[in-house]
Formats: sequence, C-alpha cells, structure tokens
Amino acid sequence: MDPMPKGLKALNAVTGVLFVVALYLVLFYAPREAVMGEVQRVFYFHVAAGWVGALAFIVAAVSGVVYLARGDHRWDRVGLASVEIGIAFTLINIISGSIWARPVWNTWWTWDPRLVTATVMELIYIAYVMLRQGIEDPDRRARFGAVYAIVGFLSVPLTFLSIRIFRTIHPVVIGSSDPTAQGTFDMTPKMLTAFMFSLLTFTFIYATLLWHRLRLEVLSERVERRKIDLTAGGL
Amino acid sequence: MADQAAVVPVRRGAFGRAVAAVVWKDLAAEFRSRELLGAMLVFALLVVLIFNFALELDVRTRSTVTAGVLWVTFAFAGTLGLNRSMGAEKDRGCLDGLLLAPVDRSAIYFGKVVANLAFMLVVEAIVVPVYSLLYNVPLLVPGLLGVIVLGSIGYVGVGTLLASMAVQARTRDVLLPILLFPVVLPELLAAVKASEGFLQGLAAADILPWVNLLLVYDVVFLVVAWMVYDYVVEE
Repeated sequence: MDPMPKGLKALNAVTGVLFVVALYLVLFYAPREAVMGEVQRVFYFHVAAGWVGALAFIVAAVSGVVYLARGDHRWDRVGLASVEIGIAFTLINIISGSIWARPVWNTWWTWDPRLVTATVMELIYIAYVMLRQGIEDPDRRARFGAVYAIVGFLSVPLTFLSIRIFRTIHPVVIGSSDPTAQGTFDMTPKMLTAFMFSLLTFTFIYATLLWHRLRLEVLSERVERRKIDLTAGGL
Repeated sequence: MADQAAVVPVRRGAFGRAVAAVVWKDLAAEFRSRELLGAMLVFALLVVLIFNFALELDVRTRSTVTAGVLWVTFAFAGTLGLNRSMGAEKDRGCLDGLLLAPVDRSAIYFGKVVANLAFMLVVEAIVVPVYSLLYNVPLLVPGLLGVIVLGSIGYVGVGTLLASMAVQARTRDVLLPILLFPVVLPELLAAVKASEGFLQGLAAADILPWVNLLLVYDVVFLVVAWMVYDYVVEE
C-alpha cells in the first residue's frame, strides 16, 4: 500500500489545528448572545456545515459536467466523494439547526424554505447514491451519476424559490434582514471572527475528507483489479 | 451558402419526422395493447378513491385540497406510465433498435416525451371530469387546464430522462419515484399552487409567480434533458 502523500499528512495536521482553534473561538472567545444565550453558538458550525454541503454539491455538479465532456474517471470519483461528504454535512446542518430551533422557535421543525430545501437536497443526493448502487457497469454508473448530479443541482434553487414565495421565518444573518424572521441577531466583531474562522475550518475539513475519500476510492479500485487478476490466474 | 440554406430545412424536416415516428410507434403500440393507459387510469382512480377516505373529502375540505389531490394523483399515475413506457423499450430490446436508427438521439428523447405527455394528458382528461362529477367541484376552468398542461410538460420532460436511467438499473421499479420526486418538487408545488389559485378565483397577480415558475422549470429541464440525453442511452 502506498504511504500517505506528504501533502495529505500536512493537510491533516493543519485541519486538526484549525478545528481545535475553531472550537476555542466558538465556545470561549465568541461572546454569549444576549437573547438566545448559549444555544446561539450552534450557529457557527451550523452555517459552516451548510456551506460545506452546498460547496460539495456544486463540486459534484461541476465534476459531472467535466466528466461528461472529457470522460475521465477521476472526475467521476470527485463527484461521488463530494456527494458523500455533502450528505454527511447537510445532515449535520439539518440536525444542528433543529437543536437550535427547539428553544428559539419553540419547535424542532418548521416548513421553512431553507429547511425544506436542505431536506430535499439531502434526498436528491441520497437518490444519487441509490442510483449508483443499482448499476454495475462503471462507465454507465459514472455517466448516470454525472447526469443526475447536474439535474438534481439545477432543481435545488428552484425548490428554494418555490417555497420562498411563501413567507419565511428563518433568520438572515448575512445580508439584508427580513423583519418577519425570528431569532435573528447582529454579529459583534468577535462573533464575526468566530464565524469566519468556522467557515474556513470547515472548508479545510471538506478538502481533507475529499482527498482521503479519493485516495480510498483509488485503493479500493486497485483491490478490485487485484481480485480479478487473482481469480483469472487461478483458473 | 446556397448549399447550407438548402441543407438546413431538409435536416429540420428529418428531425421532425424522426420525432413523429417515435411518437407514432408509441401511440400505435399503446392503441394495440392498451396496457399502459389502462393501468394508469385505474391506478389514478384508485388514488382519488383512497384520498376520499384518507382525507374525509367533505364539502369544506374539498375547496382547499382539490388541487393537491389532483396533482398527487397525476404524479403517481405518471410514474407508473413512465416506468412502463421506458421499461417496455428496455425489456424487448426496442431501445437498441431505436438507437441503431440513423437519427439524432434527441429525436428519440422528444418522441418519448411527446408520447408520454399524450398518455398523461389522456389520463388527466378523464380523471378531471370524473373528480368533478364525484365531488361536485367545477373544474372546467381554462386557467386550470393550462396549468395542467404546463405542469405535465415539465413532469414528463424530467421523468422521461430519469426513467431512461432508472430502467437500466438493477432496482428499476423502485428507483424512478426516488429519483424523480425530489427533483420535480418545485414543478409540483408551483402546479398545485397555481391550480389552487385558479380554482379559488384569485387575482392574476397572485397566480402569476407560480405560472412563471412552471414556465421556467419546463424550459430549463427540457433543455438540460435534451443536452444530456445522449449520455443516458449511450451503450
């Protein structure tokens, strides 16, 4: 087995350090929010996880386009790895949001555009994984995966838009604020630092996981080939 | 220049003829076997019947849920039809025959879309008056009929693409709804809301955003499906 590349080792270390610092910033450095209290600290990792989910699905859609254009299987692997990471982080995003919503909105769940969009997005990419599992031929699997990643990704903004036409209560912390939103707040400079740092950290986590996942995929393909060689040699 | 001008109309005509041939083939096969429409229709009527008991469709509930019941019925019956229509191509090796034909692959896509749309519209043309009769709800509103056509175009457009993928997978029968419903959600939502608007006689300004969304969805997904269809049927 190949030793881990130096770059990946370095990335592991950097991501680990960043994560510890981010934890410190979120839990101790950032001030306690006046109205919501400690539960507001969920916000930092909640948004960061949502960001990674969205980033992962964008990467998957772009890799889909590149794969269809070039037919290079490396892009198929990037797409699959990215979707799997995106599913995990979108789930973190949904669950952490739910934990925050319970005390602030007084409910675990509401049919708000962002909540529905995140959930539908999650379902689309679970369907993506199920589609791939149902197909044995690697070329076809890659082509279908690419097509579905593109189609699914295009429907996400339309889903958001369609539910947005109803009124929303989700806070908009960045950008314009909607007066009907519940649980919104203004970030102090310290909060902003913790928030930006969380985004950076989670982006690093995404890159690290993606690299590990790609490496795993290459290794498992190699094992698969060895197995075929061995059975062919035995016969 | 003169040559090009002469060639282009011929090609266009050929494309149109290829689409028409695929549509004709599907309609003729259906006219002789009647297995697809029959199943879709009986299924749709059963769904309406089940809703009657599940929702206690009394006079007051009817006015608010009619649009939802109709669209859920169409969506369910639609998946049945799409699966059957593409499954028949796959099982009997007809798809290979179609692919061997010296025509543009997108002609096959559009041919299947038009045929599937025809089946869906036939089912809708029967379910709507039956529903109207059974529940005494006047449904002959021109706006509603327009929404039904627009909504069906988008549904069938994406559905045909995804059904072509689903039938090539091991888990074909269960896969289509899982692939299709999360992607087609904005279309269904807009269709339900626009239908409800017309049924309740809302002002045009309240209905227009939904109709626009339907139009955008139809255009975006027909174009995307047309662009990627080659990769879905490639051997």
